[in-house]
Amino acid sequence: MAAISRDEVAHLARLARIEMSSDELDHLASELDQILHAVDRVQEAAKDDVPPTSHPLPLKNVTRPDVVVPSLSPEDALSGAPAADEQRFKVPQILGDAE
Amino acid sequence: MTNIFKSAQEMSSALVAKEVSAVDLANEHFDRIEKVDGDVHAFLHLDKEGALAQARDVDAKRAAGEKLSPLAGVPLALKDVLTQKGIPTTCGSKMLENWRPPYDSTVVTRLKAAGVVILGKTNMDEFAMGSSTENSAYGPTHNPWDLSRIPGGSGGGSSAALAAFEAPLAIGTDTGGSIRQPAAVTGTVGVKPTYGAVSRYGLVAFSSSLDQAGPCARTVLDTALLHEVIAGHDPKDSSSINAPVPSVVAAAKKLDVKGMKIGVIKELGGDGFQKGVSERFNEALEELVKAGAEIVEVSCPNFEYALAAYYLIAPSEASSNLARFDSMRYGLRVGDDGSHGAEEVMSLTRQAGFGKEVKRRIILGTYALSSGYYDAYYGSAQKVRTLIMRDYEAAFAKADVLVSPTAPTTAFKIGEKADDPVAMYLNDIATIPVNMAGIGGMSLPCGLASEDNLPVGFQIMTPAMKDDLMYQVGGTLEAALNSKWGSPLMSQAPALGAK
Repeated sequence: MAAISRDEVAHLARLARIEMSSDELDHLASELDQILHAVDRVQEAAKDDVPPTSHPLPLKNVTRPDVVVPSLSPEDALSGAPAADEQRFKVPQILGDAE
Repeated sequence: MTNIFKSAQEMSSALVAKEVSAVDLANEHFDRIEKVDGDVHAFLHLDKEGALAQARDVDAKRAAGEKLSPLAGVPLALKDVLTQKGIPTTCGSKMLENWRPPYDSTVVTRLKAAGVVILGKTNMDEFAMGSSTENSAYGPTHNPWDLSRIPGGSGGGSSAALAAFEAPLAIGTDTGGSIRQPAAVTGTVGVKPTYGAVSRYGLVAFSSSLDQAGPCARTVLDTALLHEVIAGHDPKDSSSINAPVPSVVAAAKKLDVKGMKIGVIKELGGDGFQKGVSERFNEALEELVKAGAEIVEVSCPNFEYALAAYYLIAPSEASSNLARFDSMRYGLRVGDDGSHGAEEVMSLTRQAGFGKEVKRRIILGTYALSSGYYDAYYGSAQKVRTLIMRDYEAAFAKADVLVSPTAPTTAFKIGEKADDPVAMYLNDIATIPVNMAGIGGMSLPCGLASEDNLPVGFQIMTPAMKDDLMYQVGGTLEAALNSKWGSPLMSQAPALGAK
């Protein structure tokens, strides 16, 4: 049985904000199915009494003294922007329908 | 006489003795790149102007009698996943084709402070996802030992630059083997330090709990010299370890393994490993025994699940990390013609900007993290991670260091595995457990496989924060093998650019 359907892949692509052609969806659905069958075996090893590990180090929050230090200038911060206007990132319309 | 075939340490001595200037040394390497990189394609961008300015600065300081770092004036190739201010940083992706970062990564800040001369940026699998450098949006890199073969990945540009004598030093990054496997298949040395030993500030993130930058070179000592330049605590990376860096240069010079226990991991060998790879690996073990080490066999039964767990954890983290490429603040933007809203522009940009493997992993990661599947996939993979760490703990109770072949095969042909992602993922079977546990790993050459005359890598794994031990064992093994062969393995590499 297929682990993942073409419709599910289309849904995931929408969640991940990646536009996909019909061909891409067909191809990816079959590849993901193979990959999921290969990775499925993690469930054999994952017994209830095994705690999960999310990170190799015991992380704790790190803070620094609240003092002003030099940071990027507005010009530098905007230097890679696809579009900028008056020291701001200029983006396509967010609310409502586009024209 | 040209200096390019020397080790970094020999180049450093020549600079100190004023037999060559840093400017001349940089130019010799640019000449070499000009001659061979059309065939190898290790570099995506050359920064001749910046490199020569840095070299002139080092020469002026040396002439003025200033005290300089051991690697001052020595050239280096930088993997294109680390930011360098004003220099293109593409990560091998169309998404960042014209991006010039406004800041230096900490690795670059430290290289510059040490006077290292950065020649340019090297090719890689897109966003470091791959084992062959075939996933670069800018075309594959070719293995200098056989131009029809892959140089490993994701850091194939860095390893190929070393093997082609285009640079004596390189920086790589290793999430599942991207430093060590390229080193193995090109006959060079690569180290993935303990997680947190080298700052990730300015390293474009793929899988944050696994990513680690590290040093690459043609000798163990050169790798150690570079390690000491880039490692150390950085307040800009909250997962950076705040402890002294082990003395890896001193360890590389020890040349002594008497009484050390070396554990061979039973599960990382035998079936699935090329015959010539196993032969060279076993011969290298004999050299360590002759040098006074004791070999013990250890078992890590949960390693059989490591690959599956990695291909859930790394894509999950990637699906989150790569959400930043949204076309709003930097990078590619597609479809912004007034007829599409922001979300549509995002989706069109990500369709055009990401390659096949990156899309595959983002979708896989999105799936593994989605409600209803999280426990079965991402949750189970995290449990496997615990089991792998326990296996290492038990193994390190029996041995000082652990060893295995670095990769199951020698370099394969470009295109050979491009259409079979599961077969491609098997390249990383011996390198992935190291990343999962956050420990240190080195690959160094241990000979040429009898079937195909291509380099074989020997992997040394050490407990967290004991990176010096892999340099001690690696340095000893390298010296023993060089004396057996009569010269370093790289001297057998074919000549390039002979047209």
